[in-house]
Amino acid sequence: MGHEQKYVDKKYEVVGTRFNRPDGIDKVTGKARYGADASAPGQLVGRVLRSPHAHAQIVKINTAKAEKLPGVKSIVTSADLPDLTGGDQGLADILENCMARGRALYDGHAIAAVAAVDEQTAAQALKLIEVKYKKLPHVTDVDEAMSESAPVIHDRIFTRGVEPKPSKPSNVAARTQMGYGDVDAGFAEADVIVEKTYKTEHTHQGYIEPHACLASVNPDGSAELWVTTQGHFVFRNVCASLLGLDIAKLKVTSSEIGGGFGGKTHVWGEPVALALSRKANRPVKMVMGRDEVFRGTGPTSSTSIDVKMGAKKDGTITAAVAEMRYQGGAFPGNWAMLACMTAFACYDIKNNKSVGWDVVVNRPKVAAYRAPSAPMAAFAVESTIDLLAKEVGISPIDMRLKNVAREGTQAPYGPTYGPIGIEHTLKAVKDHPHMRAKLKKNQGRGVACGFWFNIGGQTCTDLNISVDGTVNLTLGTVDVGGSRSSMAMIAAEELGIPYDQVRANIADTTSLGHNDMTEGSRGTFSSGMATIFAARDAISVLKQRAAQMWGVPEEDVIWENGQAIAVGEGHGNLPALTLQEIAAKSGRTGGPIAGHNEVVADGAGMGFASHICDVEVDPETGRSSIVRYTVVQDAGKAINPDYVEGQFQGGATQGIGWALNEEYIYGDDGCLQNPGFLDYRIPVCSDLPFIDTQILEVPNPLHPYGVRGVGETSIVPPLAAVGNAIANATGVRMTHAPMSPPRVLAAIDAQENAG
Amino acid sequence: MRVSLSSTFQLADGLGCTLDVQAETIAEMMALLTDRYTEFAALLERGIAVSINGQIFRDDWTQAIPADAEVFLIPRIDGG
Repeated sequence: MGHEQKYVDKKYEVVGTRFNRPDGIDKVTGKARYGADASAPGQLVGRVLRSPHAHAQIVKINTAKAEKLPGVKSIVTSADLPDLTGGDQGLADILENCMARGRALYDGHAIAAVAAVDEQTAAQALKLIEVKYKKLPHVTDVDEAMSESAPVIHDRIFTRGVEPKPSKPSNVAARTQMGYGDVDAGFAEADVIVEKTYKTEHTHQGYIEPHACLASVNPDGSAELWVTTQGHFVFRNVCASLLGLDIAKLKVTSSEIGGGFGGKTHVWGEPVALALSRKANRPVKMVMGRDEVFRGTGPTSSTSIDVKMGAKKDGTITAAVAEMRYQGGAFPGNWAMLACMTAFACYDIKNNKSVGWDVVVNRPKVAAYRAPSAPMAAFAVESTIDLLAKEVGISPIDMRLKNVAREGTQAPYGPTYGPIGIEHTLKAVKDHPHMRAKLKKNQGRGVACGFWFNIGGQTCTDLNISVDGTVNLTLGTVDVGGSRSSMAMIAAEELGIPYDQVRANIADTTSLGHNDMTEGSRGTFSSGMATIFAARDAISVLKQRAAQMWGVPEEDVIWENGQAIAVGEGHGNLPALTLQEIAAKSGRTGGPIAGHNEVVADGAGMGFASHICDVEVDPETGRSSIVRYTVVQDAGKAINPDYVEGQFQGGATQGIGWALNEEYIYGDDGCLQNPGFLDYRIPVCSDLPFIDTQILEVPNPLHPYGVRGVGETSIVPPLAAVGNAIANATGVRMTHAPMSPPRVLAAIDAQENAG
Repeated sequence: MRVSLSSTFQLADGLGCTLDVQAETIAEMMALLTDRYTEFAALLERGIAVSINGQIFRDDWTQAIPADAEVFLIPRIDGG
């Protein structure tokens, strides 16, 4: 049944209020079952042997001694994962990342795996696997990887997007260019030009729950996988393709998830666990240690970015250019392309050009991280805008407002914006009490803006009404941020019943049609839309049943406030029928009452945010403390404001960690030196003040409630907001994130020494 | 109808910056472009999203294209 996707302004009863999440009690009492919490009779323990080298040829793997160890039930190498990818290079890269094929491409690359009866036996077996390596030259820095003298990691990579087409392979996978206008003419118009080079380091999503799964493959080719993931349907399809299984015979169940932020959109050990199980003919449970998560799973890109911007004395930005180099780890990605699309997206700049270089290095394969690639570009652009504002003598907020993108502005990636909320957020920031709060000694305030597209995607939802009138809502998008509560609220809103009459669950892959990943801030947008439509389907059935119970034409029945009402001549005396009353009779009026919807939810509304950060810098140590932080973001429509605020706060927190402390540190040997939370420092509660939030609602025209995604945009501004605050506190412009104490102290010292 | 290409497609594949087609839906437009331009299949393989009057459609090729719409082909993006 076709449904109207367009936004309709209406008064809500349930949407926009605050309810506790249905999974909350299980999570705080320890009953919730995460990736590592499943077990099966006869299960084995899976462990992975990882490369100790940044780049090495695998000359020989001898598993004979390990195989003879009592308790070892299976060992797999790349030989047990034949290439079934049929020329699909993206899939082949995933396969090679799951298990090295002839070469170890980074420190931590999986070389072999063992399934044994217990942890100790598996660990012992790993030590008995003999691997003969021939070390190869390595490169881990993005700029070095682009140089002529760098070791070339893949001889199949010829830079795409340059003319003439290269005749030699290199580490540069692709060049991307976005923008419009004449930047040379724009710079000629400018009264002031600022140019800077910035660097950001490799950071991990830092989810607290490590990757974990329980795999079981049967001799008949059927299989099950319990896994912590952002998208079990996609995991099913990818794993089935890599292992040659029929998709419908692989049942994947998503566990509760202890954070993903993009890092659990990719398969890592899951195909290996399935291969171990297939070989052993027993279930295999595989749980990564924290060091494996850091060494073997996807961090975001480290970058090197040049920005040049010019402005007139009145603050009008006349031209902007960014040249951005992003490393994707050992496999090509499109990370710099995303940077090109987002770098100047908050502004109306008539001459703009972004060039991106996607580069491979000997580091773990980069994965999406919350608004992937946008925070680094924003760090460079938003820092430069502050410098430009200072040069022309305009406040940073007025400078941004002077150039802000609006409905009708051409986006840097081409199209004209529809209704967007960046100007609203900036005006709200300008009027916010935070901006008027007094600063103390060594404190500074910074503002910055951010953009992320948000996406939709394939979604499938069932809504079943029980005979007592309670409702089961069956969803296929993994709940990463409280979406079960939001979806239950939407169903209650549509049906006109109380929230606590609806129970939302995430189904396994055998119970619903395909659902795309919960990524791109799409969960509430997409499943929300499917839930609305499924509920409207169910209401059609409820109206049919009511008409049948009354013996009146169906078209004389309307649905209001959770009940069917007969309208029209001759029906005035009929008492309304509630959902419970209709449901109670369903067995005799045609059977179960249900609604269903499958949709490709496109038209996701873009997300914009502006942040305010107050920081205090200790001039003795260079340590920066966040004193106050405010997030203002356009949500389109906040279904459950608690969880929208939680997304704002979570994104800001991760961005602050990235800004101040988090970074992969590699030694000269190309090996990661800090694969643990002691040496890789994410923010903890005591590091941060309460993060204040303000939700704005500029409706998305292509969602019935006006919903935009909210999960990602809030990580985009913090790097620059913190950097701008540090600059205002110290007079020192930091161009290298994280702005850790040693870097800030060195910059302060350098400034003092320079006089 | 005039379809504009993101500049990354123009540079990468030697296509012009605009293409003229008559199509009522995204699916029809994609079929016509694939038939007419040999380079287009490679772009589709890499992933294309369609912006119609500023609204981005990644997957829904049933979407109707109004006669006077601004149509842009841009890279298909994912998220985190």
